[in-house]
Amino acid sequence: MSRSPHEGADGGTACPSLAVIGAGPAGLAAALAAAVRGSRVTLIDAGAQAGGQFYRQPAEELGARRPQALHHQWRTWERLRDGLAAQIAAGRVTHLTDHHVWCVERLEETSGFLVHALHGPAQEEPSVVRADAVVLATGAYEKVLPFPGWTLPGVITAGGAQAMLKGGLVLQGRTAVVAGTGPLLLPVAAGLAAAGAEVAALVESAGAQGVARHARTFAVHPDKLVEGAGYVAELMRRRVRLKARHAVVEAQGDGALEAVSVAALDRDGRVVPGSEHVIACDTLAVGHGLLPHTDLAETLGCRLEGTAVAADDEQRTDVHGVWAAGEATGVGGAALSLAEGHIAGCSAAARLAGREPDPRAWEAAAKSRAKTRKFSTSLDAAFAPRAHWAEQVTDDTVVCRCEDVPASAIREAVGELGATDARTVKLLTRAGMGWCQGRMCGPAVAGLTGCEPVPSRRPFARPVPLGVLARAGEDLPDE
Amino acid sequence: MVGAACALYAARAGHSVALVDRGAVAGGTTGAGEGNLLVSDKEPGPELELALLSSRLWSELTAEPGAAEAVEFEAKGGVVVASSAEGLAALEKFAVEQRHAGVDARAVTADELYDLEPELAPGMPGGVHYPQDAQVMPTLAAAHLVRLARAAGARLLTGAPVTEVLRSADGSVRGVRTGRGEIHAPAVVNAAGTWGGELAALAGVRLPVLPRRGFVLVTEPLPRLVRHKVYAADYVADVASDSAALQTSPVVEGTAAGPVLIGASRERVGFDRTFSLPVVRSLAAGAARLFPFLESVRVMRSYLGFRPYMPDHLPAIGPDARVPGLFHACGHEGAGIGLATGTGHLIAGALGGAGPDPALAPFRPDRFPEEAS
Repeated sequence: MSRSPHEGADGGTACPSLAVIGAGPAGLAAALAAAVRGSRVTLIDAGAQAGGQFYRQPAEELGARRPQALHHQWRTWERLRDGLAAQIAAGRVTHLTDHHVWCVERLEETSGFLVHALHGPAQEEPSVVRADAVVLATGAYEKVLPFPGWTLPGVITAGGAQAMLKGGLVLQGRTAVVAGTGPLLLPVAAGLAAAGAEVAALVESAGAQGVARHARTFAVHPDKLVEGAGYVAELMRRRVRLKARHAVVEAQGDGALEAVSVAALDRDGRVVPGSEHVIACDTLAVGHGLLPHTDLAETLGCRLEGTAVAADDEQRTDVHGVWAAGEATGVGGAALSLAEGHIAGCSAAARLAGREPDPRAWEAAAKSRAKTRKFSTSLDAAFAPRAHWAEQVTDDTVVCRCEDVPASAIREAVGELGATDARTVKLLTRAGMGWCQGRMCGPAVAGLTGCEPVPSRRPFARPVPLGVLARAGEDLPDE
Repeated sequence: MVGAACALYAARAGHSVALVDRGAVAGGTTGAGEGNLLVSDKEPGPELELALLSSRLWSELTAEPGAAEAVEFEAKGGVVVASSAEGLAALEKFAVEQRHAGVDARAVTADELYDLEPELAPGMPGGVHYPQDAQVMPTLAAAHLVRLARAAGARLLTGAPVTEVLRSADGSVRGVRTGRGEIHAPAVVNAAGTWGGELAALAGVRLPVLPRRGFVLVTEPLPRLVRHKVYAADYVADVASDSAALQTSPVVEGTAAGPVLIGASRERVGFDRTFSLPVVRSLAAGAARLFPFLESVRVMRSYLGFRPYMPDHLPAIGPDARVPGLFHACGHEGAGIGLATGTGHLIAGALGGAGPDPALAPFRPDRFPEEAS
């Protein structure tokens, strides 16, 4: 294993350095804002191209003719993309693609940070970036709650379906059901339909009324309302069945998905007895919302609020030199991420230069942030995962797929051994000990245990070769 | 773990037992342990005696039907590796003393060493093989002993923090008050692990239990490439050290579930849960020196725990002369899983009140001067 040179580090200049982790909307906005204001920025991202999940681009070799067909706010993306290209050309931004950050280390003796990443085809080549400050724009990942049959081939996550649509464009001829809850389901269903799949139903566990109750907030946010209405119109035009206050209670099939059983829900989220009916499909895209990626922040010692990184008005965390922006600080969509990223970049650039930042410099972004946060809070309330989902999880349903742990094992740990928290359940059952380290099953285990989902501490944001770990941060160039 | 063992042996001895925990079974010190049942790292003396007793009791317990599987018991044996000729000489001398104390300690030549552990780094001059060393999965072991204790009549009360130790007018213990009500009993056993000092304080006595932090690295699941618990000879010196500063000595072992566990670090930093990259970096480097193949193996996670450390490295076991009816079973540092069975056995005997047990004398909980820190 060879060591790559320490990219992004050149302590000899007066120019302070900022590492931005994540090149989605928040990270891009932060990198551009800081670079324009004099910081030397290293933008580190796991993707082959900038954009993150929201602006995911088709692989270049696919030669997609109209990638914008699947994207909203295409003009915003073009502005970010061109801005990034200009800053890279000017030497103010270094963009490290295919770099998977596994730990951000705070240097106690010299101040500053080391960002430890892996790259290369097998993600085992180490790369270390030294920076004076860090913006965490690590985004979110999908929450999926289990149900009988959810491990059948053909069942994918809603976000996975979206990534396939935006990145690969290969779902033509499939019969799909989109199910779960949350604002992501609408664009996924519309996207599948536009890509040539037959969408047999959109099954949303929230009630249409619950969503309507928050119409007042929607109303002050017309672009979002229009966006949502646009999707609905598109689905109506394609005669997609919208089934609000319904849930998929079982995925059926012999070796692969053939159908789903869908049931109506009462006001408390319980299945209405006798309402089950079967819809044939070979693809089920299911999602129950998003959870912030907080591993790097937690290892740095940043305070969390609930499941998200706590940040102040300048997007600073409570750890000196660490900013956070976008979904990592609370899921709220691309517009909120752009606003937060911009503010983080402005604040970080000013403070790195030794100046007290003037909030008036980002007044517009702050307004946008306040407005979109209110909107996303109302979305959270409207699209909370239904209560009582765990009642449909049969004892033999696999909850932790990495370690093959069925629901019965979790129920035994709770009932027989008094486990009241997800950590003890993990130790007793191995649920969450496997490759994904509980990212997939964490919310489900918490739900079956009857406790609030709390982020479990993962010192390594991804698996790291032991040899890389053993030498991490050695042989840094003299500064 | 220790509490579960005390409950089991006390219940089997016919006592009426309530097992109380502020959280869940194995939610404290036990859940962050490695599950070592070791004799190899102990010098001749009372702790080794307790370890040998515990080892026999573990063998008995795991011979019960289904028990070995339930606790992932593995009599895999330990191998201590010397890295130099001088180190080997010291190690062999230590092993001779252990043999006199009843330990099965077999000196192995370089060739034999690589038969035991083919993946070891080349150039090691030899070591000592300890067939009695074994391992359990600590959380499952505690859970299993709780099951057995309940089968023997013990009552389990979880989520019930002890807020007060109830005393009679004459000062003797008459039970505990918990977050879920009072439990009345003429004897209270303090098996609160690293928090044993706090529980002792509720009974009005001082017990100097201090946290000694340790990190463990866990790799991806692997086929069985590390067959024993393998550690470098300097581990024993680190275990016996009084230093508050960081010490790391590589301890590498495969597990029944597949992942390789890598320890061991020791530092006295209070209950600080902050992740430390320098510490785990040092663990990783030490492990790779013993087993070069680990270089390319992925580390999945790391966890930390707090060993209940006593100033003289001996646990507190038995009646507390200062408070009639109060017993202690804590302060086992990094050996609590292994020493749990012997501790439970001795506590059950002490509860029977058959007079002072000479085996408990070195573990007297009131052996520390009151004013010392």
